[in-house]
Amino acid sequence: MSTRLAVLAPSQAHPTRAALFVANDERMHWHDKALWFVRQKRDKAAASVPEWERLRELASQIKTHTLIHLPEYLEAFEAKARALGAEVHWAKDAAEHNAIVLGILEAASAKRVVKSKSMLTEECHLNPFLEQRGYEVVDTDLGERIVQFRNEAPSHIVLPAIHIRKEEVGDTFHEHLGTEAGASDPQYLTEAARGHLRAKFMEADVGITGVNFAIAETGGFVVCTNEGNADLGTALPKIHIACMGIEKLLPRTRDLAVFLRLLARSATGQPITTYSSHFFGPRPQGKLHIILLDNGRSAISQSPEFKSSLHCIRCGACMNTCPVYRRSGGHSYGTTVPGPIGSILAPARDPQAYQSLPYACSLCGSCTDVCPVKINLHEQLLLMRHEVTRQGFLPRLKQLSMTLAGFVFQRPRLYAFLGAMGRGFARLLPTRWVNNRLNGWGRQRDLPPLPAKSFRALYRNRKPPR
Amino acid sequence: MSSRSSILTALRARPRVPSPAPLPALDEPFCTYPDPLAKFAEVLATVGGKAISVASHAEAQRVLQSEPAYRDAKLICSLVPGIGAPNLDLLQVADPHELEAVDFAVAPGRLAVAENAAIWVREADVPTRALLFITQHLCLVIDRTMLVSNMHEAYAQLELGKAEFGVFISGPSKTADIEQSLVIGAHGSRSLIVLVVG
Repeated sequence: MSTRLAVLAPSQAHPTRAALFVANDERMHWHDKALWFVRQKRDKAAASVPEWERLRELASQIKTHTLIHLPEYLEAFEAKARALGAEVHWAKDAAEHNAIVLGILEAASAKRVVKSKSMLTEECHLNPFLEQRGYEVVDTDLGERIVQFRNEAPSHIVLPAIHIRKEEVGDTFHEHLGTEAGASDPQYLTEAARGHLRAKFMEADVGITGVNFAIAETGGFVVCTNEGNADLGTALPKIHIACMGIEKLLPRTRDLAVFLRLLARSATGQPITTYSSHFFGPRPQGKLHIILLDNGRSAISQSPEFKSSLHCIRCGACMNTCPVYRRSGGHSYGTTVPGPIGSILAPARDPQAYQSLPYACSLCGSCTDVCPVKINLHEQLLLMRHEVTRQGFLPRLKQLSMTLAGFVFQRPRLYAFLGAMGRGFARLLPTRWVNNRLNGWGRQRDLPPLPAKSFRALYRNRKPPR
Repeated sequence: MSSRSSILTALRARPRVPSPAPLPALDEPFCTYPDPLAKFAEVLATVGGKAISVASHAEAQRVLQSEPAYRDAKLICSLVPGIGAPNLDLLQVADPHELEAVDFAVAPGRLAVAENAAIWVREADVPTRALLFITQHLCLVIDRTMLVSNMHEAYAQLELGKAEFGVFISGPSKTADIEQSLVIGAHGSRSLIVLVVG
């Protein structure tokens, strides 16, 4: 598990981690294209719904309303879920969440756990916690199983193994599942995983799932998968543990219509996931535990600037469209949730450790355009830069250059003078002086040729309009 | 203080202004289709399933017999009287693990949605829900009158909240986790046939 934790350690800044990914130029372009393909599928799916923009607006309204009244909705959900026969637990942080899961496993003398995709349990590092205590935890989503075999963390919240080539999956499966050496056909590899995981489902004592949406008025919740792993994982073992963040709530059953129409279309371009399972209490002779996790969410909900980041439904559309994510890979963020939304959520919790993330962004705004719940992602990323700077977590060199730039930009004459100097002298300097150590931009590229005249000079001497 | 009350207190930390964000009623007109069945069949094909219209249960049975997945099936379980020749009685199954070898299952759907080819299946109709996911091949039977255009209409008809599991199923189980190559048959059923009766 040491590798897995290393991947998540936030000690290095985004550019340092991104450099590792970008070093393989061919893989970077392949990754970029694979994600852009998913983005195009999303566009097609969105365009097929005439009221798409209206749905986004409605989703945003529902989430805004729910977040304002979250305490009341949580209490209502808890009461209804209990009435349906579920046991409801509250966890203020990851440690308490993991302790609750452990307590349930111990009380049931369970040993083997099958897990369907849950970014929340990744966030809590539940797997290493349970494995260190002798439990077998099997991730059953195919992508998650691949990264689990490889001791990696998922690099994307919907497509956990999007950074791995099929040949590498073939090698991993050859080592762990005994598939033929060199085999890389996705059909063949998936079939091997199906057989392997069926056996795991059959012998599991407990199934752990995430939660996509929980409904306050009924106490029920919805889990969406394409593979059917959440369903097999809860229909076979007698104990089901559903782990959810407190922000997953919706007030009414009818709200699900809006969100299920948006989720899969935004995520992968599908009209809906294959299975949208609605759980209302435990199954006959079974047990259902629901864990409500805070882990910093209540603090974010009190922030006027960043509270709407809790509207996120984890579709991954902002990642697929992000020019930085597509070219730097999910692991470059050092967080469970990468990409634009992760670059808000992580520094909102720990601005010091994740100070570089709001800068892993060109402020192009594409994430905001595709977000199904209309989170103003790029605006929040800019605000997060202010926040990181205000709290004094900007690296010293960046702080210095920003202060200098601020000084110059406030003085138009100085700016004009320095511009003229630059145009005059910089072209005479050797390239390696221009691309010096302090000029991060010059590391992989040369400056474009400097123009002879400034914009202001060109504007002054423009031809009068006819 | 318990975690429950500390979380609720933290959420109530900032004094709240009277809600500027009312909950939308969701009673506006959403997209409908002139021929929901045609749309349903078209979308189902794109997600890897197959819709077949039949006039009666007898015709459904004939159609099923021409399907290779059904013809080759050894262990068959049917919850729709008259469709499929079952050789396993679900009522005799005490433990869902016993369903591991089921090749073909026939189950009734309660509602079908045209916009995304999702079919609502209730636990009341499939008492051992594992059957829906563990079977190698699945056939869902719906009545033509159960078709609605969109998810808003679907939820308006469903009465949820009882202690009863329910699931929207749209197509066979699938994954694209290896290099975005679509593979049908991840963990659940390898194929889905939808018989539309009436």
